[in-house]
Amino acid sequence: MYEIEIHNLCKNFGKTPALDNLNLVVKKNEFYGLIGPDGAGKTTLMRIITSLLLPDSGYLKVAGLDPGKDYRELRLKLGYMPGKFALYQDLSIEENLTFFATVFGTTVKENYNLIKSIYSQIEPFKNRRAGKLSGGMKQKLALSCALVHKPEILILDEPTTGVDAVSRREFWEMLNEIKSHGITIVVSTPYLEEAALCDNIALMNKGKIISSGSPEEISSTFPEDLFIVETKYIPQTLKVLRQFPNLINVNSFGHSLHLVLKKNTVQTKEIVDFIENKGISNIKVKKGKPEIEDSFIYFSSSNL
Amino acid sequence: MRILYRLILKEFKQIFRNKIMLPVIFIIPFIQTIILVYSATLELKNSDITIIDMDKSMISANLISKFQASPFFKVELMSYNEKEISDALLKDKTKAILIIPKDFEKNLRSGIPVKILLNLNAIDSQSSGLINIYVGQTVLGIFKDFKPFLSKIDLEQQMPKVDIRPSYWYNQNLNFKFFMLPGILTILVSMIGIFLTSFNIVREKEMGTIEQINVTPIEKWQFLTGKLLPFVLIGIFDLTIGLLFGIFMFDLPFEGSVYTMFIFTILFLIAGIGIGLLIADFSNTLQQSMFMLLFFFLIFILMGGTFTAVESMPDWAQAINVVNPMYYYMRVVRSILLKGSGVLDLIKDFWALLVYGITTVFVAVWAYRKTV
Repeated sequence: MYEIEIHNLCKNFGKTPALDNLNLVVKKNEFYGLIGPDGAGKTTLMRIITSLLLPDSGYLKVAGLDPGKDYRELRLKLGYMPGKFALYQDLSIEENLTFFATVFGTTVKENYNLIKSIYSQIEPFKNRRAGKLSGGMKQKLALSCALVHKPEILILDEPTTGVDAVSRREFWEMLNEIKSHGITIVVSTPYLEEAALCDNIALMNKGKIISSGSPEEISSTFPEDLFIVETKYIPQTLKVLRQFPNLINVNSFGHSLHLVLKKNTVQTKEIVDFIENKGISNIKVKKGKPEIEDSFIYFSSSNL
Repeated sequence: MRILYRLILKEFKQIFRNKIMLPVIFIIPFIQTIILVYSATLELKNSDITIIDMDKSMISANLISKFQASPFFKVELMSYNEKEISDALLKDKTKAILIIPKDFEKNLRSGIPVKILLNLNAIDSQSSGLINIYVGQTVLGIFKDFKPFLSKIDLEQQMPKVDIRPSYWYNQNLNFKFFMLPGILTILVSMIGIFLTSFNIVREKEMGTIEQINVTPIEKWQFLTGKLLPFVLIGIFDLTIGLLFGIFMFDLPFEGSVYTMFIFTILFLIAGIGIGLLIADFSNTLQQSMFMLLFFFLIFILMGGTFTAVESMPDWAQAINVVNPMYYYMRVVRSILLKGSGVLDLIKDFWALLVYGITTVFVAVWAYRKTV
């Protein structure tokens, strides 16, 4: 039994397809990540799952319900945190929380154990207006409000966008804590490195899922050879490698270059020679394990 | 019910914390009544009039002094000079030029019909029309004063045979403030109703809070009622302040019953808020709603009889007024205040506003979408 089940889902905005024949399943109590750049269709998908938007066609079941028809029931089972801070800025922390608890027909007290670890961090400031909170505190409040009615599924649209690295790590820890209460979590993020923190992920690009599975699965299904080239002269080497025969892909990853070549066609030695022939010395080349980002770049370019 | 209560509570909290909205709601009524009632007047006072006396006779001198004594005019004398006359009007030095011709008195005494020329600056057609009437009355007054001297002419023939004595019911002294004040109050109440409700909903859209509300089990009627009720209450509150102000500061009569007033105000507010909700349904930004609201509001005010008489509008314009809630409310407020009309006297307006309110609110709730 899947918590979220989507088959052949399509949604167009005018003539632009936002979601193109999408298939996706999320298991109960899974931590699922939708990974992809801006405009990939992550928000559209989440809005369809949360019953805010109707799809054009396709099969869709969320918590066993049809968001188009059973939205009343479904909304009680869903917690949604939109990408943009959507709480009342002129109400205090406590007032926002009480408001959303009442609206869901519950009280803060009733589900306090669920939000305790998050809410207790901002509780000392409970009389402060939401609009005057820092980014991290706003996020904690939004998460508390989305959880206050003890939803079965928590849906978070880019919760870590625009948040500093420390707060981001903290936030993922909070999500893991929430998961331990048996809640299914669907989170979207444009940060590929966050993919590794999810149980399962779907790489999205241009309204399509280009690859899905656990982060390890996605890495292991990488069909080509990946070489990591270390050099002091990144831009020059990059330029040289672009001329490598039968090249699939080359990209800079911080202090190294990732070179993708057809499986079992080239030895590391050949690459070193190729670069040194062009007058760049002192380089190291080794075979590497593909990261999510490599997979994303590979799958999104091979899909075009 | 608990949800609705929470929604209303939330709305009031937000209003009371809004540093702009709060003064708009609670201070503007005072300022508006004071400034507008005193300034937006159609009464004529101290209008500049230039008199050119080419006769220099006893009667013409008398006529001039009559004008000088009148509170309506501020008289300036000038000698005849064609260029100066057109200059004076062109450069707005005066509103009207009255020319008393040569042989004015002589002709009067000998019974020859006399003509006086009055040049008016008709850019402001309303005040020039009034000046014309006042000048006419002042000149006619002279004939009565000089009746013994003008024995040769048959005054009976010149004066109208029928002497009309007007008796101004419901506003005996034609106090213009009694006409304006209810008008201003109506504008005030409708601004609260139409504008604030609309802005309030569109603001939720702009701030993105509607997104969070939309994933909750709140029904749309609950959400919209939560928006409607606070503004009905605030509208009534503002009307009460305005009325008390009018009664104590301007001696505004309140002939009718308070209940009638409140019944109609609630009906009107629901109709107005319905329009505000409808406009909010169709706008995504404050800018959009602002322009739509202004467009409708101006038509409502100017056609509703706040400043001008509806009866003098062309038939097609009066037909448009059927969908103008201001038209009903404007008339009702004046009737209740000045005439003392009750609900039964205004039953047609009662049904009209009731149907209007129910229709707009229902359409607004129907058109409001939680899912886009």
